[in-house]
Amino acid sequence: MTGSDLVLTSLTKRFSGFTAVDDLDLTIAEGSFFALLGPSGCGKTTTLRMVAGLEEPTEGTVTLGGEDITRLRPYRRPVNTVFQSYALFPHLTTFENVAFGLRRRGLKQVKSQVEEMLELVELGQYARRKPAQLSGGQQQRVALARALINRPQVLLLDEPLGALDLKLRRQMQIELKRIQTEVGVTFVHVTHDQEEAMTMADTIAVMNGGVIEQMGAPLDLYEHPASTFVSNFLGQSNLAAGTVLERDGDRLLLDVHGSRLVAPVGRARVHQGDVWVGVRPEKVFLGAVGEEDHDDSNLLRGGVVTDVSFVGVSTQYLVRMSWGQELMVFEQNTGARTSFRPGDEVDLHWLPGHTFVLDASQDAAAGVETVDEA
Amino acid sequence: MTMAMAHGRRWLGDRLVLGYALLVLLYMILPVLVVILMSFNDPASRQSYSFDGFTWNNWSDICGPYQLCSSVEESLKIGLLATLVATALGSLMAFAMVRHHFRGRSVANIFIFLPMASPEIVLGSSVLALFVSAGFAGVLGFWTIFLAHVMFCLSFVVVTVKARLSGLDPRLEQAAMDLYANEWQTFWRVTLPLVFPGILAAALLSFSLSFDDFIITNLNSGQTVTFPMFVWGAAQRAIPPQINVIGTIMFVLALSLVVLGELGRRRQSGR
Amino acid sequence: MSTAAAHLGPGEQQAPSGDTSQKRGWTGYLLMLPGALWLLVFFVIPTVTLVSTSLYDPSGSILTGYQMTFHWQNYVDAVQGYGPQLWRSFGYAGTATVACVLLGFPLAYAIAFKSGRWKNLMLVLVIAPFFTSFLVRTLSWQLLLGDNGVTVDVLRWLHVLAPDGHLLATPFAVVTGLTYNFLPFMVLPLYASLEKIDHRLIEAGGDLYAGPFTTFRTVTLPLAMPGLVAGTLLTFIPAAGDYINAELLGTPNTRMIGNEIQDLFSGGSYPVAAALSVTLMVTIVSLVFVYVRRSGARDLV
Repeated sequence: MTGSDLVLTSLTKRFSGFTAVDDLDLTIAEGSFFALLGPSGCGKTTTLRMVAGLEEPTEGTVTLGGEDITRLRPYRRPVNTVFQSYALFPHLTTFENVAFGLRRRGLKQVKSQVEEMLELVELGQYARRKPAQLSGGQQQRVALARALINRPQVLLLDEPLGALDLKLRRQMQIELKRIQTEVGVTFVHVTHDQEEAMTMADTIAVMNGGVIEQMGAPLDLYEHPASTFVSNFLGQSNLAAGTVLERDGDRLLLDVHGSRLVAPVGRARVHQGDVWVGVRPEKVFLGAVGEEDHDDSNLLRGGVVTDVSFVGVSTQYLVRMSWGQELMVFEQNTGARTSFRPGDEVDLHWLPGHTFVLDASQDAAAGVETVDEA
Repeated sequence: MTMAMAHGRRWLGDRLVLGYALLVLLYMILPVLVVILMSFNDPASRQSYSFDGFTWNNWSDICGPYQLCSSVEESLKIGLLATLVATALGSLMAFAMVRHHFRGRSVANIFIFLPMASPEIVLGSSVLALFVSAGFAGVLGFWTIFLAHVMFCLSFVVVTVKARLSGLDPRLEQAAMDLYANEWQTFWRVTLPLVFPGILAAALLSFSLSFDDFIITNLNSGQTVTFPMFVWGAAQRAIPPQINVIGTIMFVLALSLVVLGELGRRRQSGR
Repeated sequence: MSTAAAHLGPGEQQAPSGDTSQKRGWTGYLLMLPGALWLLVFFVIPTVTLVSTSLYDPSGSILTGYQMTFHWQNYVDAVQGYGPQLWRSFGYAGTATVACVLLGFPLAYAIAFKSGRWKNLMLVLVIAPFFTSFLVRTLSWQLLLGDNGVTVDVLRWLHVLAPDGHLLATPFAVVTGLTYNFLPFMVLPLYASLEKIDHRLIEAGGDLYAGPFTTFRTVTLPLAMPGLVAGTLLTFIPAAGDYINAELLGTPNTRMIGNEIQDLFSGGSYPVAAALSVTLMVTIVSLVFVYVRRSGARDLV
């Protein structure tokens, strides 16, 4: 534990009859861009608010740089928040909004600092305007400036890009990352958008139902999901029911509906019994039936293409297998060959090293975004 | 029917509704215009009911009629004092009801609502009954009026401030605390400025209710004479035209306040 | 767009994205205390006192003091002696309320939907009468409806009125005064309700083949009910207890219950006056209760 690491220990928050955050242990390294990722209701915002001091934990502690700040009032913590709805003070100008924190700490000469910060977020000429006269993107930047100017040890961002349209959001994602790198402050970013988290964060913690399912670098989480939830929530996964036949050194031999598949032991969370055998759609290739010999690959025969979607960069296929399950295959439109059509009979093959194996007791549908949630 | 006919019918319907509405507005404004007009009246006799002649005398000699100006003064004093107390107490209650926890909330709601829903004659007579039972029948006057006025203004203040306060996003106060403002600073720099329009509106409402009150005041006034009571008395005897002067002044003052308020609001939101 | 609000799990209402539960502790009680005390002393206790006064022996007086004898007879006397005024009061108040609805609803509707940029001006004009004194306004009705006034002249000329007919000192004048004085109380709540109606709902009505009247009847009117209920209550209740209009614009034959209560109190007949007052109060409360129940509007506070 170095300098100003943020450490959450056994952090719990219970509301009457409902546990929002369940015994959370988390260490966020100083100066990192950390993302707390999860669906609505998973407890990520509540966790954030406990760090900010806006919510009192039922149990557990929050430590910053070795100092226990759990019971400190928000105005005593060296932590600032960028709120989801920006929460800009409507009766103050942009200048006064940004200067607010400095003034409350007793600083008299705020002009140069405020102007400098406004320049950083490119809002220099809007200093005299009131929030109602600014666009959504501009308000978002004021909220950011207002928080950053206080040089907090930790900056908390509560889904700050949620209200922006797609293009602007992408722009702001890059901006935020740039600012964080430049300023060096620890950013804790709460979001339900997995693409956003993967783009911006150094470390991601995936939360579900009040607990952290998995934590690590984006690549790590993506390629080595620890649970069905993570495999479905980050990107998409094909999960097929299978059984472990035997362990052969550093490989697991699996049976999936009659087909023999291989997975590295290091990518398996469970080594025996019933399992979910998983592979990401973009790792899978389609071949016409009996086309090539795929000796080293995992091979699933007897699929029929049921849906083809052209998405510009790629073509997304749904392939129905003999046991009724539809698997997803994403193929990049390299132009090397023409795409398949609905009704075509195909084989699926992929490198064994891309297979992962998960506990069968987990829900294969966990983390899948349905129409209701969209 | 054809597009043109349907469109024409809609146009006609709109115009009819608007026309009717304007007639009603005219009906509402008419007596006010009469008041303004009659403030310049030179009455031919003490019981005159028509416009007899134009004169500036009423305006130059406003305090001519006996007790007119002293009654206005009484009304102003009671009004200001009652407004002060009612606005203060009512605002405190509004804060408690919106932001704090206490038991008996629904009971409180009922007792705040009831005075607004009672006829003034009942409110006034019950307060009188209290004073009489307590042995104060002989000292009815300024203070008894004041006590009664605060009572019925309280409810209006609570409702007005509550409405404004409920619309205030609590996240603004959280943001303030996040930015190093303690509870007092948050209240003073964020909550209060944002609730203030509501408190001001409540104060204005309270003042106008108090100044204009007759029924409750009449029952509890003893020898004291407020402006509405003066008018009442004059209506029995002779109506000095200066009454209309006061009425006109009140109208112009209030109208200017509203216009100023609207202009101020527009300037603040930057339009 | 964030789905946090749209997709709350069970119990998540209390794990808010910004809303805090109410602050605990004693502060709430402290803040309520001064105002609550005031209302207790000057509203609750007086109401109790009023009821007990209504049961005093009417043969007492301020000088000799009153005896509490549970003299229920006071109520019988009150209702028997002043029955006509009671009925008359409710009649006038009811008529005035209906008139206010007929005049006020179209006005509120016009302001809410058809006024465009004149909206604020029209709202100011609705409140403007408040700016002059209640009594002074009513006095000007004396003028407007007086025998020397233009109105009477025009109506006589149109043969609506008999050549010696008059408007002043009639029930018509009293109701007109009542209607006029309480019209803003009808218009403003109605306007507030109508304003909140999402215009797209009315458009949806039209989209689903309802003509303008049907749309009004089935969409606009039900949605405006809270405002209508509030407006009628705010008009009827004070009107029933009013006596100013009856006194200034009416005759001894148009005296309302308010006149009687006022006179009884100034005359010192406290027990009977109190009984009358309580009767009025109870009747109004019952009427309101039934009315609110039937119209299904709750939560007016």
